[in-house]
Amino acid sequence: MTAAACACGGIAAQRPQTGATVLPDILIHLPTIHCATCIATAERTLGAEPGVLSARVNLSLKRALVTTDGTIGATELCTALERAGLPAHPLDTGRLATGPDAGARDLLLRIGVAGFAMMNVMLLSVAVWSGASDATRDLFHLISAAIAVPAIAYSARPFLAGAVRSLRAGRLGMDVPIALAILLATLMSAAEALSGAGGHAWFEAALSLTFFLLAGRYLDLSCRRAARSAAAELSALDVATATRIGAAGPEAVRSDALLPGDLIRVLPGQRLPADGEIVEGETDIDRAAMTGETLPVAAAPGDAVAAGETNLTGALVVRVTRAGQDTQLARLAALVATAETARSRHVSLADRAGGIYAPLVHVLSAAAFVAWWALSGDAWHALGIAIAVLIITCPCALGLAVPAVSVAASGRLFRRGLLVKSATALERLAEVDVVVFDKTGTLTTGTPAIADAPQGTDLRVALGLAEGSDHPAARALAAHARRAGESPAPVEHRREVPGQGVEGTWQGRRVRLGRASFTGGSDDGTSALWLAIDGQAPHRIRLAETLRDGASDAVAGLRAAGVRVMLLSGDGAGAVAEIAARLGIADARGGLLPADKVAALDSLAADGHRVLMVGDGLNDTAALAAAHASIAPHSGLDAARSAADIVLLGQDLSVVPEALALARLARRRMAQNLWLAAAYNVVAIPVALMGAATPLLAALAMSTSSITVSLNAVRLGR
Amino acid sequence: MNILVFLIPVSLFLGFLGLGAFMWSLRHAQYDDMEGARHRILSDRNDDHPAR
Repeated sequence: MTAAACACGGIAAQRPQTGATVLPDILIHLPTIHCATCIATAERTLGAEPGVLSARVNLSLKRALVTTDGTIGATELCTALERAGLPAHPLDTGRLATGPDAGARDLLLRIGVAGFAMMNVMLLSVAVWSGASDATRDLFHLISAAIAVPAIAYSARPFLAGAVRSLRAGRLGMDVPIALAILLATLMSAAEALSGAGGHAWFEAALSLTFFLLAGRYLDLSCRRAARSAAAELSALDVATATRIGAAGPEAVRSDALLPGDLIRVLPGQRLPADGEIVEGETDIDRAAMTGETLPVAAAPGDAVAAGETNLTGALVVRVTRAGQDTQLARLAALVATAETARSRHVSLADRAGGIYAPLVHVLSAAAFVAWWALSGDAWHALGIAIAVLIITCPCALGLAVPAVSVAASGRLFRRGLLVKSATALERLAEVDVVVFDKTGTLTTGTPAIADAPQGTDLRVALGLAEGSDHPAARALAAHARRAGESPAPVEHRREVPGQGVEGTWQGRRVRLGRASFTGGSDDGTSALWLAIDGQAPHRIRLAETLRDGASDAVAGLRAAGVRVMLLSGDGAGAVAEIAARLGIADARGGLLPADKVAALDSLAADGHRVLMVGDGLNDTAALAAAHASIAPHSGLDAARSAADIVLLGQDLSVVPEALALARLARRRMAQNLWLAAAYNVVAIPVALMGAATPLLAALAMSTSSITVSLNAVRLGR
Repeated sequence: MNILVFLIPVSLFLGFLGLGAFMWSLRHAQYDDMEGARHRILSDRNDDHPAR
């Protein structure tokens, strides 16, 4: 468990850099570490770098915290680690949650105090139950009170505060019956102990109630916290910087510090940090993340480019027109906020159970009080019975029933490479009956493959040319030719024409590889690359999209689970139909704008369907937020990851049907747990109503039901 | 029953000892990396004083 993790004081606190005395700690993400050797290697490598004062790896968080004397930067440390065989990325400390997690530590301390008091009071209570009488019993009650009253005043405070909050808001939450039971039991037992009248003392019941409920709350918190910190880490991995060409030459700045009118340099392979207009340079632009188009488009001076697009082939100078929150990317992300309606409408299983339970308990104990008062005429005795009803029915097991299952299921999903970000995501995922996939970047990897290419000499020439370019199609061609066992033909004077292709000379003839217009091919709308050798008709090299690993397994698995599978894409209809046919998806639509995707999801929801959206791009972001549940691969844009409930950490899509199956199982287990907890109450309530409840019975019912429920949840984790 | 005069303080003292140990370990970051601790114990260079 990542329990009280994250308490290393320096983790998030990027201390202000005043002079050389106060230095920022460097945080490094180590995604692959998993064993003692990894820890030792990482710490030794970091420690051997000059300028490193100390380095400590946290294996639960997969991070290293490095203290330096300021002469070494995160990039150098990462290079050193990669040389040692450990992939490493610097983390942007500013984007991680600030400060050590006080909440979890506070809860743990309260659990510790409640646990200590519970055990000591239980020892004294056992003596009372087994027959201690008269002065001994009164003494034991007094000692119990001396331990229990301060312990409860401290450790039950979260429930008391919660009850006050929900009463102020005019609601009856779970906290109200809990707080009432704890308070009344303590006060009444204290009165019994002081008066020495010989009634029941419920101190150990009040304490064990507090202890078990705090444990449930802690499980809930640690589950959400682990997901939150991992999600913050994902976004901290995108350190967004830009190269601004200032008066004093190029300088690196944060992209949110850019202003309209700034000139920025964007090198091949970089993502555009702001919207703008190309001033200098020609290139190919990959718009897949923004629009879902697979094939890069050519761009030249005067063309508009948008933040989030990737520059592929040529270096550019761009004049910024919109930056920061004004970019198209940021405005599209704002669509998300308005789309999050399905989520807020969802009422979790625990809340629904609490909604039935809380009023029922209050009515029952009030009825017990009134009936016993009327029958026996003894108000004090009637109050005792009403409190016994409250204590015996108290939702100890109910408080553990749902969080314990969530923790077990999220833990198992995490080991399979899925990060559950939202507390109710599992429940919503379990209800899904339609799965909508995005195409580019989700079902396909976004890098093309070669469907059919020439053989022999032509292929060797093409390889010679393709090696001169970083364009994804050229790289795919080079990989294809090498797999076919070809070696490159000697192409001279090779140069890349950004936005067009590569040209060179081979055996005195001009050869070109690239777009149809560049090579004299005829563009027929299929995705293709052309090879032109002077004196020959141009050859077409057909491109196909690469399916992501497990894509067909995922679709087949989902269909086997009785779920309808759909494909909604922003790419052209032809490309969408081809992928749909390869995967056997009957229902596929192409050419959709982001708003069209949301509309499609809304109409599905209007027909009563619960939709799971799986997508990665900015054009999917609004749809991810609008769907009943959503999954985004971690290769996607930050905006998509933060809109999704669940992030896919690995490459393989086949875990999606597994996640669905596990979510359904988890939901069944939660319902089962709630029924189990209710079953204990059904047995215990009549006993309490008849006035036959004793503290011993309450202690037995409470611990056995809590343990049953926890064990039932743990079964899910393996 | 006079033995209670000793036994009750003794049991309370032991209880407080346990609580104190728990609070010490919480304050000294012993629960910060549960995953790493079980691997580190095997290492010759085991350092059981995590930074706070």
